[in-house]
Amino acid sequence: MNQAVVHLVPGGPLMALVGNPNCGKTALFNLLTGSRQKVANYAGVTVERKEGRFVTPSGKSVRVLDLPGAYSLYPSSPDERVTCDVLMGQSAGEKRPDLVVCVVDAANLRRSLRLALAIKRLGLPCIVALNMADLAEKRGFRIEPDALAAELGMPVVSTVAVQKDGIASLLAKLDSPSVWKAAVPPKTGGVQADGQGDHAAVRSILQKLDLDEIIPHTVSDRIDRFTLHPVLGPFLLATLLFLVFQAVFSWAEAPMGWIEDAFAGLGELAGSHLADGWVKSLLVDGIIAGAGAVLVFLPQILILFFFILVLEESGYLPRAAFLLDRLMGSVGLSGRSFIPLLSGFACAIPGIMATRTIGHPRDRLVTILIVPLMTCSARLPVYALLIGAFIPQREVLGMFQLQGLVLFALYLAGIFGGMLKAWLLKRFTAVGRLLRPLMMELPVYHLPTVRNVAIGLWQRAKVFVQRVGGIILISTVLIWFLSSYPAAPENADKPAIEYSFAGQIGKAISPVFEPIGFNWQISAALIPTMAAREAVISSLGTVYSLSAEADDEEAAERVLKDHLIGSWSLATALAMLAWFVFAPHCFATLGAVKRETGGWKVPLIMAGYLFGLAYLAAFLTYRLAVLLGAG
Amino acid sequence: MNNLNLEMCSTLDRAAVGEVLAVVRVEAPAQLPEWQRWLDEIGFSAGEQVRLMAKAVPGGDPLVVRVGQSTFALRCAEAACVSVVPIDRFALSMPVQSEQPILKGNVA
Repeated sequence: MNQAVVHLVPGGPLMALVGNPNCGKTALFNLLTGSRQKVANYAGVTVERKEGRFVTPSGKSVRVLDLPGAYSLYPSSPDERVTCDVLMGQSAGEKRPDLVVCVVDAANLRRSLRLALAIKRLGLPCIVALNMADLAEKRGFRIEPDALAAELGMPVVSTVAVQKDGIASLLAKLDSPSVWKAAVPPKTGGVQADGQGDHAAVRSILQKLDLDEIIPHTVSDRIDRFTLHPVLGPFLLATLLFLVFQAVFSWAEAPMGWIEDAFAGLGELAGSHLADGWVKSLLVDGIIAGAGAVLVFLPQILILFFFILVLEESGYLPRAAFLLDRLMGSVGLSGRSFIPLLSGFACAIPGIMATRTIGHPRDRLVTILIVPLMTCSARLPVYALLIGAFIPQREVLGMFQLQGLVLFALYLAGIFGGMLKAWLLKRFTAVGRLLRPLMMELPVYHLPTVRNVAIGLWQRAKVFVQRVGGIILISTVLIWFLSSYPAAPENADKPAIEYSFAGQIGKAISPVFEPIGFNWQISAALIPTMAAREAVISSLGTVYSLSAEADDEEAAERVLKDHLIGSWSLATALAMLAWFVFAPHCFATLGAVKRETGGWKVPLIMAGYLFGLAYLAAFLTYRLAVLLGAG
Repeated sequence: MNNLNLEMCSTLDRAAVGEVLAVVRVEAPAQLPEWQRWLDEIGFSAGEQVRLMAKAVPGGDPLVVRVGQSTFALRCAEAACVSVVPIDRFALSMPVQSEQPILKGNVA
C-alpha cells in the first residue's frame, strides 16, 4: 500500500483548511489556489490529498492543504482520521500546519462552531472563515464577525467562496502577523474538553448573539418535495441516470473516434518518414498506439465526471444515493455505489475512478471489485462478432430475436455475477455483516459554479493521464514487443505471430485452455487482448493470417467471421463469450484499480478472481454445450 | 428528564412525516456504541429540534430527517436510537430548559 506522496517545494508557511463536509471548503480552496493544485493520496491510505499554493496581497507565499471534511476530531472514517492526524502533527510525512482556517457554514453555526472550538483547543493558530455569509444573510442570519470573534476568542472573517472577491477579507487577515502566532490558551473552566460542553458553549454564544433560531430551508425543501417524492423522485432519478449513461455511452463515441483517427494518422505519418525496422515498429505500434490507447479514455472520463461534479456540487448526488440505498443495500452496498456501477457499462475506468464518491472504504473496495463485471462497451465488438458468426438469426416465441436474447443474457450474466459477488462478500465476511451507518448529510441545493466543475475535470484528467496513463502505455509497448518478437524468418510459411513470444506463450499455455475449448490460436490472441478487449478481432485476424486479404475493417470482419465458422465449434464460440463476460482483459482497468487503491494488492486479487470466474464460466459453458452436441 | 412523561416518548423512526419533535436522548445499540457520538456530532443532542421530512419508497427506509439546520439521511436502525417527544410537550415538561431553540417561520 505504498503510494508516493507528492510534496510541493516545502517552504513557506503551511495553512490547512478544515471544516464540516458540505461547508464550501473545497470551493474556497479552489478560489485561493485556482488550478495551482497537486492531487495525490495521503501516505498509506486512499484518502485524496490536495495541496495548493497562493500569494497574499503583501506577497507572502503560502502552501495550503485542503483537509478532508470532518464533523469532529473524533474520527469515524479514514478521511476524518487523516484530518485529525494532520492537525495533531501525527501524520506520517506531513508537516503540522502553521495556521488552521476553520471553514464554517454561516447558515449552520450550531453544528460547525463545535468543530471550531475543538480545533481551538489544539493550540494551533486558527482563523474562522464564515463561509456562505451571503446566503446566511438572505435567510435572516446577520452575523457580526467581530462580535463572534469576541465570543470565540479567535479571529473571524466572512467569505463567499462562490464570488471572485469573496476571500478578500481572509487574504487581508493572512497578512497580519498576529494571526500566525499561537492562539491564546483557552480560559480554564470556560470551554470544556468534551462534545457536550462544546454543544452548550455554542448554544450560549448563539443565544448571546441572537442567532439561535431555526429557519426553514424554503427553497431546498421545495425542491426536495419533487426530488424525494415517492413517485416523481425515483422517476426523475431514473431519467437522470439514463441521461448520464446515454451521454457516457454515445456522446463520447465521436471524440473517441477522432482521437483514434488522429493517432492512426500520426502513426502513418511517422511510419512514412521512417525506414522499416524495429524503431519504426516500436514508435508506431508501441508508443503512438499506446498514447492513443491512453487518451481514448478521456472523453468518457470527462463526460462522466462532468455529470458527477454537477450532481455533487448541486447537492443532488447524496439524494440519489438516498433513493438507491435500499436497492443497493440488498447486496450490502450503499446507494453511492450505483453511479460507478452504471458507468461500468460504458467503461470500467471512469466507473472505478467514480468510486471515490463512496465514503466507506469497504463499500468502495467492493464496488471497485465488481465494476469490471458490468459489460463495458469494449466487449460489444467481440460479442457482435461471435454472435453474428455463431448464433442463427431466428425468432424465439414469435417476438424475440435469438441473437438479441443471447446479447441480453451476456449483460445479465455480468450483472448477476457482480451482485452475487457483492452478496457473498456481505454474507460471508465479518466486515460485510457489520451494520454500516448511513448518516449522510443532504446539503442545501446550490447552483454549481463553472470554476469548480472545470477545476474538478482538469484534476481528473491529470490524475488519469499521469497515474493510469503510464501503466497503459507500458503495457501496450510490452504487448507490442511480445507479439512482434522474435520476428518470422525470411522464408516463413506460417503467420509471423506464430514465431513471436505471444505465439509461443499461446502454444505453451494452450493445455490450460484446452479444457474450455480454446485452441492455441485463441490462447495466443488472448495476449494482445490484454491491452484492450476489442483487439481480439484484429489479433484473431492476425493468428489466422487473414489481414492481407482485407483492406477495410468491415471486410476484415466478414472474412474473419467466415473463417471462424469454418474452424470453431459452436461450443468453443459460446465458451469464448462466457470467457469475455468475466475475464479481466484490460490492463487499463487494473491500472485504474492500482491508482485508486494505492497498491498492486487489490488489482492482483481482482485479476486472479476474474480469471478464475472466467475460466469456470467458460468451462461449464463448453462442457454443457459439448454434452448437448454442439462440440 | 425525570418529569417527562415516558408515554409521550417515541423514537424518531416511528415519527409521522412533518411532525416537529424534540430530542430527549440518544441511545446507541449495545454492539455499536460509537453511533452515540456520531449522532451527537451531526446534531442529535437533547433539546434539539428534529423533524421527519420524508421516507424512501419502497419500504420506508432510509429516512430524511431535519435536525437543527441540517438535513440527514438516516436508516431506520439509526433513527431508532433517537428518542423524541412532540416539541410542545418537551417545552411543557421541561420548564427549566431555557436553551430550547426558538421557533421562527412556518415550521409545520
